[in-house]
Amino acid sequence: MPQYPNRQFLDFELPIKELYEQIEANKKLAEKNPKVDYQTVIQQLEQTIVEKRQEITAELTPWQRVKLSRHPDRPYTLKYIDKMTTDFLELHGDRNVKDDKAMVGGFANFDGETVMFIGQQKGINTKTRQLRNFGMANPEGYRKALRLMKLAEKFNKPVVTLIDTPGAFPGLEAEERGQGEAIARNIFEMIRLKVPVICVIIGEGASGGALGIGVGDKVLMMENTWYTVISPESCSSILWRTWDKKEVAAEQLRLTSMDMKGFGLVDEIVPEPLGGAHWDYDAAAQILKSHIKQALQELKHIPPQTRVEQRIAKYEKMGHWDVLPTE
Amino acid sequence: MRKEEDIEINLTGEEAVAVSADDREPKERKWFKRLRKGITTSTADKKETPEGLWNKCPQCNYICITSELEENFYVCPKCNYHHRISSVDYFDMIFDEQQYEILFDNIVSKDFLGFTDLKPYGKRLEEIHAKTDLKDSMRVGFGTLNGAKLVVACMDFEFIGGSLGSVMGEKFSKAVDVALQHQCPYLVISKSGGARMMESAFSLMQLAKTSGKLSMLADAKLPYISLLTDPTFGGISASFGMLGDLNIAEPGALIGFAGPRVIKETIKKDLPEGFQRSEFLLEHGFLDFIIDRKTIREKLDQLFALLRG
Repeated sequence: MPQYPNRQFLDFELPIKELYEQIEANKKLAEKNPKVDYQTVIQQLEQTIVEKRQEITAELTPWQRVKLSRHPDRPYTLKYIDKMTTDFLELHGDRNVKDDKAMVGGFANFDGETVMFIGQQKGINTKTRQLRNFGMANPEGYRKALRLMKLAEKFNKPVVTLIDTPGAFPGLEAEERGQGEAIARNIFEMIRLKVPVICVIIGEGASGGALGIGVGDKVLMMENTWYTVISPESCSSILWRTWDKKEVAAEQLRLTSMDMKGFGLVDEIVPEPLGGAHWDYDAAAQILKSHIKQALQELKHIPPQTRVEQRIAKYEKMGHWDVLPTE
Repeated sequence: MRKEEDIEINLTGEEAVAVSADDREPKERKWFKRLRKGITTSTADKKETPEGLWNKCPQCNYICITSELEENFYVCPKCNYHHRISSVDYFDMIFDEQQYEILFDNIVSKDFLGFTDLKPYGKRLEEIHAKTDLKDSMRVGFGTLNGAKLVVACMDFEFIGGSLGSVMGEKFSKAVDVALQHQCPYLVISKSGGARMMESAFSLMQLAKTSGKLSMLADAKLPYISLLTDPTFGGISASFGMLGDLNIAEPGALIGFAGPRVIKETIKKDLPEGFQRSEFLLEHGFLDFIIDRKTIREKLDQLFALLRG
């Protein structure tokens, strides 16, 4: 992860930035006056940073949580794969149109077991953000994901998807090539995939774009992520007819991991390092790895047919309605 | 030229008012000046016209008597524009002798999240229930077509833009169960702006729920036909709308994943004429054929007979 001064700070993280600045100032003073002991002060400041990180994440509003999920320093799919596995072999292309760079995937060695990893990928600078289309896949991305899932099914390897997308790409060519159909097909096929499927929201979980690789036996959500039917911005623009109500929309949509777990729409929350995954990639990946491992263990022993039936039954229960008495 | 409609506004639950260029009055007409202001006709002289007697085609402005339009399956006699009609109109058209049973009409939406935008969702539901006899955005009909059993689930656009929420998901699923029980085909007629935002993630999960049920139908080798009508967007096209054994559509229907406004804002270019219309989808390989509403019964009968034969 980037170290100070290359670190980026969100508005509510600025108190931490100030602490870093103080450390830097003290380091400079230490250079000037080698006889004076600045080390204690610096250590204290570093300790304060850790406390501040905890303090900040303890009382985040839903909108701040959304911002954290989009933190520019946050680890993305390939980073997690790199930290959790060995021998990752990236596979490309949907065999029809092209290779969508917003969707990545391939086999990897996950603690001695071969697992198919698939996920949306965001870029880390202007150039790669464009290359990755900001994590917004086109139909060929979803079809590539499906091809890889089918490949995993053929060789009886579990599938793990890492979800991080502001949505499926709303472009002209995307419509020509059937964005809706591509996502629909994935949802349909994922629900009947014979191998274990674990889905993790690692950042943004926006609507159909997320669900297109998000149907599984276990759906996990990292602590500082969001997952719902529409982004708070778009929701604000449609329901409030203005772009300025995104904070309110974020609250109303109940999109945080705690809400989603409470509703029973996701199975587990994966804790993040203090202050968010962007503070410690290794720790974030290790926590996630242990959760995926446990989920795989649980799912492995269920016969494939039962697993599919349980998956269908799980989604069938989702929703709330009233039943009026019949006359 | 068709009016550009703001589909999204229907999803708010408010009534959409489409304004086209020719509806707007020119600001000034210099050659004509009104001498007296206001309406001068006395109330006694006012002639009453029953509401809904005449109907103006939104596409070609052709005016005809509503009963004439009705006889023509709500298709404009002049330009073949397919008017937006209710689920019951479709049931009447499809089932034998207009005989069918409406199922699961006692399943209604509830405001589980306490969602409030400009109005609380609960209040919105109450208002719509007071205004129409619709219980939600989908109705399920069960009857026969040319003697063969058929389950039809059809959306009502009037109810919050035909939006997909928990109730639609549940009715859809129960309708699949009926088809499984009677071993008969399942037809879904879509007409929706997308997911119901007021139900947040619960509405999103209906995509998975309905797909799971379709998987059961597929295993039972029962036909599932998806008929797309104007408009079908978002969560519907990203799930069961596009998953038909056959995907068919009415002529000129606007169908897509992302709405035209969003696409326009993303690519910062005007969209080509006919973009996201049925004919466009047929051309790009996402529809099996386009079906004229007047032939809906005979085409469906032909199809089911071929599948049976």
